[in-house]
Parts: sequence; structure tokens; C-alpha cells
Amino acid sequence: MTLAEIREEIIDILHDIAPDEDLSELKDDVDFREQLELDSMDFLDIVMELRKRHRVQIPEEDYGELASMHRTVTYLEPLLKDVARVS
Amino acid sequence: MPRDFLQGVQSEYDVVVIGSGLAGLTCANTLGRAGYSVLLVEQHYKLGGMATWFKRPGGHIFDISLHGFPVGMIKSCRRYWTREIADSIIQLKNIRFDNPMFSLTTTFDREDFTRLLTERFQLEPSTVHEFFDHVRSMNFYDDQATTTRQLFDRFFPGREDVIRLLMEPITYANGSTLEDPALSYGIVFSNFMSKGVFTFEGGTDRLIGLMQKDLVKNGVDPRIRCNAENIMVHRGQVTGVQVNGRMIRTRAVVSNANLKSTILNLVGQEHLDRGFVNETSAVRLNNSSTQVYMALKEDERIDESTGDLLFSSTAPLFRTDALLSRDVTSRTYSFYYPRTRPTGRPRCLVVSSTNANYSDWAGLSSEDYEASKKDLVETTLVAIEKYLPNLRDRLDHVEAATPLTFKHYTRHVHGSSFGTKFEGLAVSRSLPEQVRGLFHAGSVGIIMSGWLGAINYGVIVANGVDAMLSKVETQSSDVANLVTEV
Ligand SMILES: Cc1cc2nc3c(=O)[nH]c(=O)nc-3n(C[C@H](O)[C@H](O)[C@H](O)COP(=O)(O)OP(=O)(O)OC[C@H]3O[C@@H](n4cnc5c(N)ncnc54)[C@H](O)[C@@H]3O)c2cc1C
Repeated sequence: MTLAEIREEIIDILHDIAPDEDLSELKDDVDFREQLELDSMDFLDIVMELRKRHRVQIPEEDYGELASMHRTVTYLEPLLKDVARVS
Repeated sequence: MPRDFLQGVQSEYDVVVIGSGLAGLTCANTLGRAGYSVLLVEQHYKLGGMATWFKRPGGHIFDISLHGFPVGMIKSCRRYWTREIADSIIQLKNIRFDNPMFSLTTTFDREDFTRLLTERFQLEPSTVHEFFDHVRSMNFYDDQATTTRQLFDRFFPGREDVIRLLMEPITYANGSTLEDPALSYGIVFSNFMSKGVFTFEGGTDRLIGLMQKDLVKNGVDPRIRCNAENIMVHRGQVTGVQVNGRMIRTRAVVSNANLKSTILNLVGQEHLDRGFVNETSAVRLNNSSTQVYMALKEDERIDESTGDLLFSSTAPLFRTDALLSRDVTSRTYSFYYPRTRPTGRPRCLVVSSTNANYSDWAGLSSEDYEASKKDLVETTLVAIEKYLPNLRDRLDHVEAATPLTFKHYTRHVHGSSFGTKFEGLAVSRSLPEQVRGLFHAGSVGIIMSGWLGAINYGVIVANGVDAMLSKVETQSSDVANLVTEV
């Protein structure tokens, strides 16, 4: 997946997790938590969804890497580069 | 021949979940939905653990632990269970306090508490805002050195009345005290303050029934009257569980049984580090409870103005030891109206709860125990007169539960109502490092208890199980690839 595809995929997952949030204005370099009503269970759901969709393993100590869109995409890029987008 | 409750069971599963409390149920459901084969074994004759109920002649149904939970339950039930379950969660708007310091009614949310604290308790609005923001920002990995007492002293020095308003309900909700880490108070308090107190329409029986339906739909095999006797370990890896005398092989075990009995009894200490065993033995349990269940005659009604939840006390000050004492001065009453079960038979019930020490009840002779139970009922009927005059004459049924009752039905060490103190969380989390494939999910660390905490912890642990099992699969398919390449 390209960086743009990974971003799209994350937006897709966020849509499921926070159906009431408007994601069109999401700023990539600002923490998710400052823009969206996400709690730690929501981040866990992102991790579980990524594992389900792409079998990527994100160890617990790396959960902090999912703080913003920019960091998430940067973190996932090497893990997903050989993976095709499914949805 | 006795009935075989394991009839038709497979000889092997991906996961065996021991215990059907809300954490066990939710963990099993999450893993079943993810495609694993899951066996859920429960020693009692009903699913639900502490989330339970019982029926008495005359159409009365008593709920044990349905007094209120935070709004977060809606989201968790929608995501990890079903829309139907989530849509049945409704607010309890009438929360009352009555003690020698104050009597008031509130919706128990930030807005209403801000009003009360500034207008009635005459606190500076800026202090109140700062307090709310501070507790809301607390995380479970934050500083644990600050106690709840220190937190209150910082924001509201000398204000015993304010401390009582802020603390008493949370002590009832999770057994936490002024001496526990402030974050275990702050996280739970903030969860409630976000929108108030909620309940499940239709009662615990309906909730567990709906959960059971969803479990089966997701391929989980739930079995009641199945006692897990032993968790089998070979070379640091879980291999199976012995249930009702039968061996069932598995790659992963999630124990929803009490943390201490899981580690110290079900596993066997020879499979664990000495240090870990010591750490487990040192984990403190939360207190137990007593309850008195009162059912009104079928044509008797309680006026709605009596409220949904009433925190009542005759103690001059709020003190943890007074809350636990056999000499009861504080009681929480839950009033159930026909609207609790809109499609059931219209009934009014009251459940009076107190926090209690197991040791105060455990050593009694059977006559003394029966006499103490009778006394508990009697003193409760006297105390409740203030709110419901002549209740005694309007009752169809009354009975009591003690710490021994809770222990009997859930096998919790000392009948603990809300799991362990804070240190139990770290022990629960590190169990898989001791034995590969072995997990614990259940009330621990104060913050992972209560209906919401237990459900969320079930999901957190399911994530760990899924990570482990899918890693094993990836690894073995890697090996398969290697083999074919060669
Ligand atoms: C009186 C009272 C009032 C409460 N009120 C509220 C409230 O108003 N709101 C709220 O949110 N929370 C409340 N709680 C707390 C809440 O009910 C619990 O925190 C929660 O239900 C615990 O869930 P759990 O998953 O930890 O497991 P538990 O409910 O403790 O269940 C553990 C299960 O494991 C089973 N088990 C144990 N050993 C074995 C074995 N060897 N083999 C097979 N099965 C086994 C037990 O039988 C039990 O079913 C209350 C608790 C009590 C006692």
C-alpha cells in the first residue's frame, strides 16, 4: 500500500469506530485525541481492525505511534508496503 | 447417571474461557466473532457471574448488580455485542443523597455537580473546573503515589462534605477508598460524570439472555455447570483445561475466575516464578457486600419521587472503615419500578446494599450466621422507614445476601465484589509472560471492575489472545512456506 492508501484505510477504520465524527477536516499532524472523541478502547479497536484486515501485529509498546494520522501512516508504511488494499 | 454438561463438546478448541462474568462473556464473544473456536465454561447454573438475578414467587425478579453504570456501556455494547443490547441502555435521572451533612437530588453528571458544588457548597467555579479537568485527564499508567485523600486535600482542603459527595458513590461503585491511588477514583468518577448513571431496560436476565444469543451466533459454545478444575501447562505453555474431570485441549486459556485463585490454585505454582507467586499472594482484594432484597406486594407502588438510587448514611463523617463495619450506618438503596421490566409483570422492588468485610461473616457458627442475617434484614427495614413508611407491611418477600453468598455463587476469594486493588492489574496483565497462552480477564485494579470495566477488559484481553494466536498462525505458515521453498 502507498502512503495515500494507508491513510484512506485508516479513515475507513475511523468511520466504523466513530460513525458520528466528521473526518473530512482531519488534520494529519494534530493528535487524533485533540480532534476526535477517541478513548483508549478506540485505539485498541484500530489495532484489532488492522490485525484483522492485514495481519499486522502492533505490539502494545507501540500503541503510542498511533497518536496522529501522520505518525500512524509513517509507522505502518514499512509494515504494509507489500500488502494490497483489501476494501 | 448424573447429566453430562459437557455432552457433545469437542476435544480441542482454539480458546477455552473459564467463567462467564461480563469480562469472560465479552472476551469469548470477541474471539468467537474473530473466527476462533471458543469453549466457555461456567461452574454456576447461570451465565453472568455477578451480573445476575433471581426470581421469587409472585413475579418478583431481583437484580444483584444492576444499580448503575456509566454511559460508556452504550458504546461498548454496540461495538462488542449488539445494537439491541446498546439500545436498551437508559439513564437513571434521580440520584439522591441523604446524610447528616446534606440531602440533595442530582442527575450525577458534570453539569449538575458543577451547579451543586458552586451554588450549594459555595466553591469557586475555577476550582471545580480544574478538579473536573484534572480527574478527566487521568490515565491508568499515571502516577500512583497520589492517594484519593491527597487529591481531595489539594482541591478541597478541609471540606469533608465535598469529599463525601464526590467519594461516597464511587466507594459503593468499586470499593475504592481514600487510601487507594487517586487515579483509580478519578477514572471511574469521570466515567460517571460524563453523562450520568445508566441502567439496562429489561433487567439483567434480559441482558444475559441477549448476550447468550449473540455468543451462540458467533460460534461460542457456552456451558453451564462446568467447573474448571485445572489449567494444564507443559513447558511453559498452556495445553488444556480439566473441566468436570475431562481434559479439553486448547492453545489459549482465558480465566475470568478470581485472579488469585486462577494463579495460585488453577495453574499450580510449580509452573510459575517464585517472585510472581509472591507478587500474586500480596495482591489485596476489594471488599465484599451485603444486600437486602425487598419485594412489594403486587398492587403496592413506590412513588417515583423516591428516586432511582439513594446514598443514605447516618454517620456524621464519611469514613471507609465505617462503610465496611458490621455496625451499618450507610446503605445504598436501589428502587426498581415497573419500568425496569416494561414487558414483565409490573412490580416494585428495593435492594439495599452495603460494603462489607468477609471476615466479619466467615467465622460465625450457623446459628450466629442465621441470626446475623436476620438482624441485617431487621435493621434495614427500620432504616428504610424514613423513606418508605410502613414498608414492612407492604412487602411480599424479603431476604438477605452476605459475603458468603457472593463467594458461594462466584467462587471469588473472600466474596470480593469488585475484584482486586490496583496492584492486581499488573499481575493480571503479566500472566501471559509467565505461561504462554494463559490470560486473565476479570475485575482487577479497581478500574477494570464494574460492568463497563469488566466488558472493556474482556476486549483488551481478547486482543492479546488474538495477537498471540494469529502470530502463531503466521509463524507456522512461514514455516510452511519455507518448507515448500526448500
Ligand atoms: C452487590 C454488588 C453490586 C454491584 N453493583 C454494580 C453496579 O451497580 N454497577 C456496576 O457496574 N458494577 C456493579 N458491581 C460489580 C460488577 O457486578 C462486577 O465488577 C462484574 O460483574 C464482574 O465481572 P467479571 O467479569 O470480573 O466476573 P464475575 O462476575 O466475578 O464472574 C466470574 C465468573 O467465573 C466463574 N468461575 C469462577 N471460577 C470458576 C471455575 N473454576 N470454573 C468455571 N467457572 C468459574 C464464576 O462462577 C463467575 O460466573 C456490583 C457487584 C456486587 C457484588
